[in-house]
Amino acid sequence: MTSMTAEAAAVSHDHDPHATNTGISNTKLAMWLFLSTECLLFGGLISTYLLYKTRGNGQVLPTDIFDIMFTSVSSFVLLASSLTMVLALSAAVRGDMHRTRVWLMVTALLGAVFIGGQVYEFTSFYYEGLGYTTNPAASAFYTLTGFHGIHVSLGLLMLMSLFVAAGQGKLTAKNHETIEIVGLYWHFVDVVWIFIFTVIYLIPAE
Amino acid sequence: MAITEEPLALTSGETFAERPLGVLTRPQPKGTWRDWLSSVDHKKIGIMYGVAAMFFFLVGGAEALLIRTQLAFPDQGFLSAEVYNQIFTMHGVTMIFLFVMPLAAAFANYLIPLQIGARDVAFPRLNALSFWVWLSGAIFLNTSWIVGGGGADCGWFCYAPNSGVTFSPTNGVDFYAIGLLIAGIASLVSAVNLIVTVLNMRAPGMTLFRMPVLTWMLLVTQFLLAFALPVITVALFLLIFDRLFDSQFFDPAAGADPLLWQHLFWIFGHPEVYIIILPSFGIISEVIPAFSRKPIFGYTFMVFSGIAIGFMGWGVWAHHMFVSGIGPISVAAFSLATMFIAVPTGVKILNWLATMWGGQLRFTTAMLFAVGTVAMFTIGGLSGVTHSLAPADTQQTDTYYIVAHFHYVIFGGGVLGLFAGIYFWWPKVFGHFLNEKRGRLHFWSMLVGFNLTFGPMHVLGLQGMSRRIDTYSAGFGFEFWNLVSTIGSYLLGLSVLYFLYNVWRSKKEAVNLPAPGPDPWDARSLEWSVPSPTPEHNFDVIPVIESQDDWWFRKYSIEDDGSVVRVASVEEAAQKGDATGVHLPSPSFWPLVLAVGLPLIGYGLIFNLWLCVIGGLLTGGAMYAWALEPVDDPDAGHGHDDHGHDDHGDDDHGDDGHGDDDDPVAVAADSEGEA
Repeated sequence: MTSMTAEAAAVSHDHDPHATNTGISNTKLAMWLFLSTECLLFGGLISTYLLYKTRGNGQVLPTDIFDIMFTSVSSFVLLASSLTMVLALSAAVRGDMHRTRVWLMVTALLGAVFIGGQVYEFTSFYYEGLGYTTNPAASAFYTLTGFHGIHVSLGLLMLMSLFVAAGQGKLTAKNHETIEIVGLYWHFVDVVWIFIFTVIYLIPAE
Repeated sequence: MAITEEPLALTSGETFAERPLGVLTRPQPKGTWRDWLSSVDHKKIGIMYGVAAMFFFLVGGAEALLIRTQLAFPDQGFLSAEVYNQIFTMHGVTMIFLFVMPLAAAFANYLIPLQIGARDVAFPRLNALSFWVWLSGAIFLNTSWIVGGGGADCGWFCYAPNSGVTFSPTNGVDFYAIGLLIAGIASLVSAVNLIVTVLNMRAPGMTLFRMPVLTWMLLVTQFLLAFALPVITVALFLLIFDRLFDSQFFDPAAGADPLLWQHLFWIFGHPEVYIIILPSFGIISEVIPAFSRKPIFGYTFMVFSGIAIGFMGWGVWAHHMFVSGIGPISVAAFSLATMFIAVPTGVKILNWLATMWGGQLRFTTAMLFAVGTVAMFTIGGLSGVTHSLAPADTQQTDTYYIVAHFHYVIFGGGVLGLFAGIYFWWPKVFGHFLNEKRGRLHFWSMLVGFNLTFGPMHVLGLQGMSRRIDTYSAGFGFEFWNLVSTIGSYLLGLSVLYFLYNVWRSKKEAVNLPAPGPDPWDARSLEWSVPSPTPEHNFDVIPVIESQDDWWFRKYSIEDDGSVVRVASVEEAAQKGDATGVHLPSPSFWPLVLAVGLPLIGYGLIFNLWLCVIGGLLTGGAMYAWALEPVDDPDAGHGHDDHGHDDHGDDDHGDDGHGDDDDPVAVAADSEGEA
């Protein structure tokens, strides 16, 4: 924006009250900033897990009992939901609010399947003797994956809110950026899961 | 306060269009105290931050005086060891999180929009939310004295495993952890909000490198907050999970590593030092040029050294841990990094001196505080460099030498600078001066009191007196300097009370004095181009910026021979503040309601989970109500005087700023309202 002359900037402001210096809307820029702070949050949690993953205190470790096949499938489901999220946005951009709602619902359902898988995994771990307080590795594992699960769940809440708003006609093609911004959050949560999945399930413990 | 008495002419006359969701309407300004509870005006929010911060300054100051009273003489039992631990912990937490940070936030809120030529911040309601959430966290933290069995007793750094239930069985540490989490949400929201404001809402022509140094330093501060707070958030969550749910993060007996806390804490804690100091650096970078009648020397260097501090501040955290057993390579690396960070700081000090060099100096109270800041910070900075030598630090750590160092940095560098800002911008905010004569006495008593309090601590530390001990035995040679320090602290306390007296008296006397006018100091940045106190709508017309120090060049021009010629009087150049029909964002009570829910969740986690349900419903309900309340844009499509930046005020619905509270309906309702 430094290249823009003052006059040109003034003109654009007169004619477009929503012009911003960066050209990115305030809400979208705020979401990007928020997500960048989230990187540090998950960075701290992932570091904690990496530090503690072999500290079993003589008890069972998460890496001893996880079912890599099961979690791979549920991870695939979560990643697929990023595709359906894009399809929801694409439909909204085209003005097809019916399809938008369908894809929003599909995205939420895929997210719910992932959360269901996490609940199942936590439950089965618990019965195999890995409670939250068993050892530092268990606490770090549940806290990291639990924080991610809460993020996915809040994403579900957002998706359902969009679904309802679109049904009431409050969310129209004109404000498709709203869907884009929720989508940013959703994709971020998926990308974070790629890191978490790699760190916990794919990098072997020595 | 002057601003409250301003009739809210610009918005009060408006009638609001009926909306389909009729139950939720935006409140209307009534000209009473209730306006403050629902205000989304960045100026009012800034004032509230300032008032609340000064209140907690008195609380933290009282705690400091208790500490000094206990230590005035050897072998005293004025405070028990347990209470002493709580007092020095809460003193540190209060001064950092409840005084210096919110006072800096007061300046950021009030001045950033004015300095970049905007009518408000990017998300006015989120701005109100930041304040109320911070206040609710601050009150929550202090209620531990009443319902938590005493304050936290683990030091402001709260090292594990001392912070665990075994060693700290009262609820003080729970209040510490949850209170700081709540206050952290506030700072994070505020950081995102202000970064978006600076990046997106600058007036036409206000390029990044035409922004005042203060705005730059505040921007760097917000970035530090945005990236440091998530790290302490993780640490505090782990701590609270350990204490409430028996997780195993910090229990060495279970194989956990207490160093984890130290790393997480100081990765936040060292940037925090710059979060405290950079706003003050920014303030004196405005005050010194104004009273030297010269532009800031080396503007670009000033900005880049601020940015450099912002980056390097992330690479020095382990210098707080030289004796924690982190290994010789880590110690060497962090030792070097710590020496390097002195360079950009030194650049700044030299640039302030060069700004004053050859200037027409006017030693107003604000200028005295600014010069005092430079001098005192230099002392603190130099003792800081002595810590960067790890072998020396091994001797100094956990002694009063460290206490002396960080008080010279935080009080001498941070708080004195903030007082410079208070004296400098007081006429802009309240429409009258603080009395200069009393101000000078305030300055000198504060400077002398400060040096008497903290100067002797260098000696005590080098003599080997430990930090955090509740008393000391006679015969070690500690008696004299401790007594001097205590006398100094009482003088410091008196100087603060005298400041408050000056505030009260100056307000009373102001009716008989001429108004300061828009630009009483003949200053350089945009906030001085509008009337004092600042009108509700800030700018009648959003200015078009043509150069750095644009406002100065509307008053003066520089001839070919280098002489400065006045081209317009302040009255001619300044805006009149009489625009009508400027659309401003409507007030809202939901930020306040949302903020009230959070401490309830906190009490619930500690005492009774049912309270969590109530708090959760309040917070969650407020979020949806926030999203669904109408935008109230009665002027939409007609009657705008100016389609300027204020319209962005309506974009505040997307509250994606913080925590896990994202709410899409907010965005949806927002767009609907504007449709």
